[in-house]
Amino acid sequence: MKKEKRLDTPLTEEVRRNLKAGDRVLINGFIYTARDMAHKRLVEAIKKEGKLPFDLRNQIIYYTGPTPAREGEIIGSCGPTTSLRMDKYTPILLGAGLGGIIGKGQRSADVISALRKYKSVYFAAIGGAGALLSQKVKSKKFVAYKDLECEAIYRLKVENFPVIVAIDTYGGNIYKR
Amino acid sequence: MIRVKGKVISIRAKTITEAVADLCIKANYELPEDVIGKIKEAERREKSELGKYCFDQIMRNLRIAKLKQIPICQDTGMVVVFVEIGQNVHITGGRLTDAINRGIRVGYKRGYLRSSIVDDPIFVRKNTGDNTPAVIHTSITSGSKIKLTVVPKGFGSENMSRLTVLKPTDGAEGVKKFVVDTVKQAGANPCPPSIVGVGIGGTIEKAAMLSKQALIRSLDEHNPDAKIAELEKQILIEINKLGIGPQGFRGSITALSVNIETYPTHIAGLPVAVNIGCYVSRHASVML
Repeated sequence: MKKEKRLDTPLTEEVRRNLKAGDRVLINGFIYTARDMAHKRLVEAIKKEGKLPFDLRNQIIYYTGPTPAREGEIIGSCGPTTSLRMDKYTPILLGAGLGGIIGKGQRSADVISALRKYKSVYFAAIGGAGALLSQKVKSKKFVAYKDLECEAIYRLKVENFPVIVAIDTYGGNIYKR
Repeated sequence: MIRVKGKVISIRAKTITEAVADLCIKANYELPEDVIGKIKEAERREKSELGKYCFDQIMRNLRIAKLKQIPICQDTGMVVVFVEIGQNVHITGGRLTDAINRGIRVGYKRGYLRSSIVDDPIFVRKNTGDNTPAVIHTSITSGSKIKLTVVPKGFGSENMSRLTVLKPTDGAEGVKKFVVDTVKQAGANPCPPSIVGVGIGGTIEKAAMLSKQALIRSLDEHNPDAKIAELEKQILIEINKLGIGPQGFRGSITALSVNIETYPTHIAGLPVAVNIGCYVSRHASVML
């Protein structure tokens, strides 16, 4: 089996173009958590040309809603949630410069074509592996939407966060082989 | 006058609360032995490289969760509780429903488990903050004990479940087609490898209930009826032929098990419910 590739964030277009569906990747750097409600708000902000809580360009959004952290721990269990619920918002975020997404499961035709258009990458993390993935998170900083509780946006510093390239910039798709 | 034959046993509501709290925590940190056994067996049978990688990560995750007492999955579920109450039992010191929900409140806080329940499903969708209420199924049995089974059900897989009423003449082939189609449509979304709970017969709510009960049946057993056991095996083979594979990355193992439960039904119908469960099949029981 091929060795994992190491990636550092932010994810430049040049780096993204080098990824192929099926590659195993270890992400290092910062990723931003956001799921259902945070997506709705981000897209509303883009549509109103308002200020976004963070600069999306070349960044990675991770679809997760972690469990509460124990005292002294950074984060609780934090595996990926099903991506399809974010499908209707994703093309707009990609259009705004988002470089990559981590989730799980298939994407809509619109998302697939937007990934190709904006040369962005969709990564899959192992669903249900929240305890393992929590060990890869080295810090957590609140960014926006506190009222969303476990669904709020946080910036996570990750080390060797394991994912698989699910859809690459060329339309290569691990779910459609 | 009420005459009581046999001995009436009192069980305190507080005892139920404590038991439910402990079961919530246990279920979310450790999988039952039969489920781990099936995952290990599947790991040996998986042929694809990425599929093998998935199983390796899955097993590592289970070890870390148990060792460090971290929930296996961040979706710590909506809690389904099956309560079997012996008819000689008298619950004292509070209502059963309150005792169970209090147990969830305590367990989810003490165990650092995620609150995933919203109060109103359509409009406001405000998180209740303590993962209550549970979905409680109570049945009266013989004897002087209470059996509690706590099932934290994740919604990645719940969302992919389906129910239909087939025509009586559709028979086993119709059932097979509906179950396999459901798994096919679900694809990568329910975090395969899945456990497929199937409820057949009764009315629609009976079929749905049976499918949930099928999901928590031991994976070391088949349905005691030989014809149904055979159907379970055949459907599992068909599902694994789909090639969806672990996490939908293509591969040999799409489901770990197909469990069917049945009930008599009406001459005019054939209800079939498919409840998909992910491999993180959490459930824990206790007898009080």
